[in-house]
Amino acid sequence: MTELRKRGGGGGDPDSTENISDKEADGDDRLGLQCDTEGECDGDSKADTPDVPLSTADTDNTPQYLNKALAGLPPRWKNYWIRGVLSLAMISGFFLIIYMGPVALILIVMTVQIKCFQEIITIGYRVYHSYELPWFRTLSWYFLICVNYFFYGETVADYFGALVQREEPLQFLARYHRFISFALYLAGFCMFVLSLVKKHYRLQFYMFAWTHVTLLIVVTQSHLVIQNLFEGKIWFIVPISIVICNDIMAYLFGFFFGRTPLIKLSPKKTWEGFIGGYFATVVFGFILAHLLSQFQYFVCPVGFNSETNGFTVECEPSDIFVMQEYTLPAVLQNALSWKTVNMYPFQIHSIFLSSFGSLIGPFGGFFASGFKRAFKIKDFANTIPGHGGIMDRFDCQYLMATFTHVYIASFIRGPNPSKVLQQLLMLQPVQQLGIYHTLHSHLRERGMLPSAAAAQAE
Amino acid sequence: MTELRHRGAKDTDPTLQPSEDKGSDSELKVEKDGASDGESKVDTVPKVPVCADDTPVVLNKALSGLSSRWRNWWVRGILTLAMISFFFIIIYLGPMVLMMIVLCVQIKCFQEIITIGYNVYHSYHLPWFRTLSWYFLLCVNYFFYGETVTDYFFTLVQREEPLRILSKYHRFISFALYLTGFCMFVLSLVKKHYRLQFYMFGWTHVTLLIVVTQSHLIIHNLFEGMIWFIVPISCVICNDIMAYMFGFFFGRTPLIKLSPKKTWEGFIGGLFSTIVFGIMLSYVMAGWRYFVCPVEFNNDSNSFQVDCEPSELFQLQDYILPAMLQSFTGWTTVRLYPFQIHSIALSSFASIMGPFGGFFASGFKRAFKIKDFANTIPGHGGIMDRFDCQYLMATFVNVYIASFIRGPHPSRVILQLLALRIDQQLHIFNSLKAHLTEKGLLPVLEEAAA
Repeated sequence: MTELRKRGGGGGDPDSTENISDKEADGDDRLGLQCDTEGECDGDSKADTPDVPLSTADTDNTPQYLNKALAGLPPRWKNYWIRGVLSLAMISGFFLIIYMGPVALILIVMTVQIKCFQEIITIGYRVYHSYELPWFRTLSWYFLICVNYFFYGETVADYFGALVQREEPLQFLARYHRFISFALYLAGFCMFVLSLVKKHYRLQFYMFAWTHVTLLIVVTQSHLVIQNLFEGKIWFIVPISIVICNDIMAYLFGFFFGRTPLIKLSPKKTWEGFIGGYFATVVFGFILAHLLSQFQYFVCPVGFNSETNGFTVECEPSDIFVMQEYTLPAVLQNALSWKTVNMYPFQIHSIFLSSFGSLIGPFGGFFASGFKRAFKIKDFANTIPGHGGIMDRFDCQYLMATFTHVYIASFIRGPNPSKVLQQLLMLQPVQQLGIYHTLHSHLRERGMLPSAAAAQAE
Repeated sequence: MTELRHRGAKDTDPTLQPSEDKGSDSELKVEKDGASDGESKVDTVPKVPVCADDTPVVLNKALSGLSSRWRNWWVRGILTLAMISFFFIIIYLGPMVLMMIVLCVQIKCFQEIITIGYNVYHSYHLPWFRTLSWYFLLCVNYFFYGETVTDYFFTLVQREEPLRILSKYHRFISFALYLTGFCMFVLSLVKKHYRLQFYMFGWTHVTLLIVVTQSHLIIHNLFEGMIWFIVPISCVICNDIMAYMFGFFFGRTPLIKLSPKKTWEGFIGGLFSTIVFGIMLSYVMAGWRYFVCPVEFNNDSNSFQVDCEPSELFQLQDYILPAMLQSFTGWTTVRLYPFQIHSIALSSFASIMGPFGGFFASGFKRAFKIKDFANTIPGHGGIMDRFDCQYLMATFVNVYIASFIRGPHPSRVILQLLALRIDQQLHIFNSLKAHLTEKGLLPVLEEAAA
């Protein structure tokens, strides 16, 4: 029971929690020398619940003023407060950057991505004691820049089409973008090959692979987050909030009702927390979706206005953000005595997003827990006092971002019309003619093109 | 000098014998740290057998009379010719067979690299891991082949109902499949083996990234026109052979510590001869529609066809020679296919960058102390040994085509068009009409007639 309720905080079981917190507090060594058995660190990594005041080894990083302010409290409470304060700080930060607009959001995403990359690469260096490898740090960062250049270039070319067409150097870069990115990557690849040193072949290959897997995970998904953002801020806010809410709710349910362990990898997760978190998150997502769907600021795709050179979020909200009446199934009709209910279709989508965030999202957390145990580290880094590194906070978000992106691409939107037009204009005239005729007959069939209007439309 | 000329062959210098034997007969994984004896067979003659064990009995009997060095040379030579003939046969057999062959090669390369990983980490007994590796291979292949099929078999897909649904939700289905594998991996984590399991997970993904994505780029190149498949592969093979020949006859200055038998003379000689070879080969092939036309799927006959009006690239044009060459050769103009000029770029890449793929593979083999990726081809090693230089080439050709040759594929554009909302379609229709009318492709009368 103590394991399941270990997470310090509200419950009043000082003795058992004290013991465990002492054990963990002693383990200042990030490389987990406190782990006695292969791969199993004591207690649980902080990946599981974000806002739980885990009694940590982070007292080193706690800012001075917090230390002073909380000097009076016993260590368990102090950690609880630190985590709580930092959680509130992070959530406020989240609201602030949403307010500041798309550019700030993109910059924040990029910063987070760079920090996550740095954290994971640093772990790799430590694991392989490979600080002294020639060139390797340079190469890792160089590859990060290349892949970012590739992805950001594609994004910029898509969304800032008009701006790009205007400026001559940008036009050139956009046209040969893939070639330039590939050339940059190749240069890095050749540098890697030339930097191979006889004694360190294996280490160098390991670090090469480590860098690439990290890039695959961190960079591609941060770009999916940005693509979601451009679809509409609501597609950015709701998934992230769902994951955060699930963490908090699962912790609370687990704290109050937790009995049955969920998975050996994270001994403090419980089935009660899991299921409670699931239902609570679905409800939360539902309510949040309702709240946000009303505002154009959240719902409209982010567009770039070439005249004002700024981002605009004004549009006619698409169908899913328009209130509609749904007839309740007979079962619910009897239960609630309502015949119909007014909902945004987006709220139904939010149920799917919440379900994914609660059911599959935790697997991202388990993956990170397993990773930390495998490499015997307690946290990815010490960036956030009380919470660990940035990666600790974002591990569940990654799967969610990818899922949201795939969900949007499959069920919500079609392709971007301006992009399609762009591609059309790049085809050969013969092909354009062919498509013209196909489109003509298609629209004709749909009755969009009465023959009179066709002559007029000229 | 003996090192530089190690590859056995013409001269019967007895001092070569020991290194020759070491190099060819030992199919065992070499234990030396960092410097395998001789050179990995990546670099030179492309289709040479490596493992005496695997040499078929028939060859053994036929060559039993020769000394072991000559025998190995013959085995390599015969296998080389066999592989080249096989290459011609599958080209003849058509696009479908080519796709199948690419798929098989990819699976075999994947298996070779994964097996190395297993050997390195002694992780055969890891629970689930083999299943998971193959499962991920299947998922990623499903994703890529699905995208390819949707692009190129567009009308076929639209016709069949189940295919249409699969293609509409393709990304979602692929992602769901991948996620299942991911969850299985997480659930299969075993306390004692965490680190190994993560290593194998990372190994699998990097292998997938290298092997699978690039085999699909090859298939994209293939659909662009078989010439885009044949010429790059031939350039790489030619470069291997020519670099070896030049190195053999003129080699003196070592090129890179990683591969002690490469020489600058071989490198430069290979570059020039590959460029010449590329120009000649393009000239020969650009005349045939079979090679030049994009591969299309014909719905009526339910088969592939390669019939089209060759694009401008493949039509002879007159080029005025620069003054220097004019006085040199006495010609004012020369007739060339524009494609031949592109082939110079392709050959240059194959000669200059392609070997880096080979160095990468050499480094990899030294890092993990193996002699060859596998024993699949007698005398040559594994499939991966033969294809390591090809991977960079395939990516380059794909990027080259996308940047300099063609625009997007029309069927994909149609797909996207039809997925838009009606008002967006109308808007695009009007823009397109305005554009085409401007260009004079749409006579004004056509509107009334249509």
